[in-house]
Amino acid sequence: MIVDINFVGLIIASIMASAVPLILASCGELITERSGVLNLGVEGMMIIGAISGFALMTVTGSLIIAVFGAMLAGVLISTIFAFLTQTLITNHVATGLALTIFGIGISAMIGKNFVGIPGKEFPVLFEGLKDTIPLLSPILFGHSIVFYFAFALPFITSYFLKKTKIGLIVRAVGDSPESASNQGINVRFVRYACILYGGAMCGLAGAYLSMIYTPQWIENMTGGRGWIALALVVFSTWNPIKILIGAMIFGGLTIIQFHMQAIGVRIPVQFLTALPYIVTIIVLVVISRDSRKIRLSTPSSLGKSFHKDN
Amino acid sequence: MIKIVKRDQPSKAIFFFTPVLAIFLTLIAGGIIFYILGFKPIEALKFFFIVPIADKYGFSELLLKATPLCLIAIGLSFCFKSNNWNIGAEGQLTFGAIVSGGVALLFYDQEGLYILPIVILAGAIGGMIYASIPAILKTYFNTNEILVSLMLVYVSKLILDYLVVGPWSNPEGFNFPETRQFSDSARLPLLFEGLRIHAGIFLALAAVIISWFVFYKTYLGFQMKVSGFSLKTAKYAGYKGKKMIILVFLISGACAGLAGVGEITGPIGQLHREVSPDYGFTAIIVAFLGRLHPVGIIFASLVVAITYLGAETAQIFMQIPKYTGQVFQGMILFFLLASDYLLFFKFKFIGSKK
Repeated sequence: MIVDINFVGLIIASIMASAVPLILASCGELITERSGVLNLGVEGMMIIGAISGFALMTVTGSLIIAVFGAMLAGVLISTIFAFLTQTLITNHVATGLALTIFGIGISAMIGKNFVGIPGKEFPVLFEGLKDTIPLLSPILFGHSIVFYFAFALPFITSYFLKKTKIGLIVRAVGDSPESASNQGINVRFVRYACILYGGAMCGLAGAYLSMIYTPQWIENMTGGRGWIALALVVFSTWNPIKILIGAMIFGGLTIIQFHMQAIGVRIPVQFLTALPYIVTIIVLVVISRDSRKIRLSTPSSLGKSFHKDN
Repeated sequence: MIKIVKRDQPSKAIFFFTPVLAIFLTLIAGGIIFYILGFKPIEALKFFFIVPIADKYGFSELLLKATPLCLIAIGLSFCFKSNNWNIGAEGQLTFGAIVSGGVALLFYDQEGLYILPIVILAGAIGGMIYASIPAILKTYFNTNEILVSLMLVYVSKLILDYLVVGPWSNPEGFNFPETRQFSDSARLPLLFEGLRIHAGIFLALAAVIISWFVFYKTYLGFQMKVSGFSLKTAKYAGYKGKKMIILVFLISGACAGLAGVGEITGPIGQLHREVSPDYGFTAIIVAFLGRLHPVGIIFASLVVAITYLGAETAQIFMQIPKYTGQVFQGMILFFLLASDYLLFFKFKFIGSKK
């Protein structure tokens, strides 16, 4: 059997494409969690981004408005979460769940009129270079700008957290809000900002699904990706570079599914579909077993409310 | 001038008042949403919350939907009280339905009084088995129970899908994704002729009574409460934390499994792809709205059950998508959490001095 080397390149490229929404959402959530806030509403924010992007694209015809609109929608919906958890000091877990339930409901409500409408073609970059280098060309060239942004994001996030002053402030707030506050840092403001940033990235992840990856609006189209993104943050032990690895593994599982079916492997399709979820559980078990390591890498104040008495 | 002051102690009266406030605020916000969608708010709310339960049939449907919600929420209250975040009740329900459905199918051509108890028991065991996975992984492998229990929801639905499409599909069913009908002996008896409300409601009521007794009259309930407030205190007091985690997960798994039995041996009568319209997730809201109190959960399950019925009615009469129900459910939880602020803080009016 001769395997076409470009075919291998195409498979890797498709794995990367399916990893994009996971990378975006996980990197956003990672910043939120690094500031000490656990937002379980990722799935809800993603689905809001998905419908907002698709609806804006259909109504305005502008891809730029649609992409930024989806990010803004993510910001707006995460503002509810920020207001509740930071200003009204509500429980992070319960508020995040409410956000997800609310997001799925409201996206289906808005999306009613957009079911069955075909998507638009999203422009890709470097298309002319597609046939230049064997194997590497399909991986490197001919993707949307969001694709390139997603693969740069873990490195940007890592640099931001390690090397910039604002990144240091975010980590300080997450690890010890009391001492950060004593240093004159406005803990609530920093957490607000990190939550809204997470919302923007989840909105972008959703828009990628409905505008570039699929591209159409399907009810509930995030299909648990938001939860896998949350699991990826734990998997990465809050290290953005490892998110990249994790997202590629899950992207790979999704793609392998399609190819196994295509070449007629006799495994029930439901088992293959369940694989990413089962692997998530196994990976979580392996990562979490070392409780000392988890404790060291988890932001110390994660999920705990901080209230400064006047 | 108004100043916000921290209360010395959380107010007990407000603890039970805020759920009512939350429902009220949800109605107002819902009216606004209907207005934005181009409907008359009052009329839409009437279609949503009053029309569906105006007659005998509607009331029976209300109890039919409230039953699984109440049952699951009671189970979840054991978890939430002791600070265990089981959010995979939907999966435990589905797995309970699978196990009990499998047992019911074994007896598909038999009649006898012994069948139903076995089927019910199987459902409870199925739910417990499924809930034990996140519990064991949490206690022995330090794994986050939120993510594990949630991932298992997807897995359970795929197992069910596999079974009803493949090995368990009705041999005479023209390849429809459903199993045989259960025999009448495996069905929960209906309470009234012509209405769908079934004997499963007694399971829910029994759960309410038992949980009330456990919470407020037993040492176990006290232990749960303490470990919910502070795990450290519980450890100092010498409670076995691990046993407690597994126990509360098993209880809530059993309840969710029973809710699954109630659905398939009650209104459905066979296994097919959709055994539950997300009761397991909605019950989380019910548990909070009911303040994790057995009696509160009864009221909360009735209120939240209306959102299911209302969404159906509104879809038929006003072409409002049925997902509006979820929007309302999300809003109830938002407002409930928000109004909890009043528990810990109060507004103090101070005369302005100039």
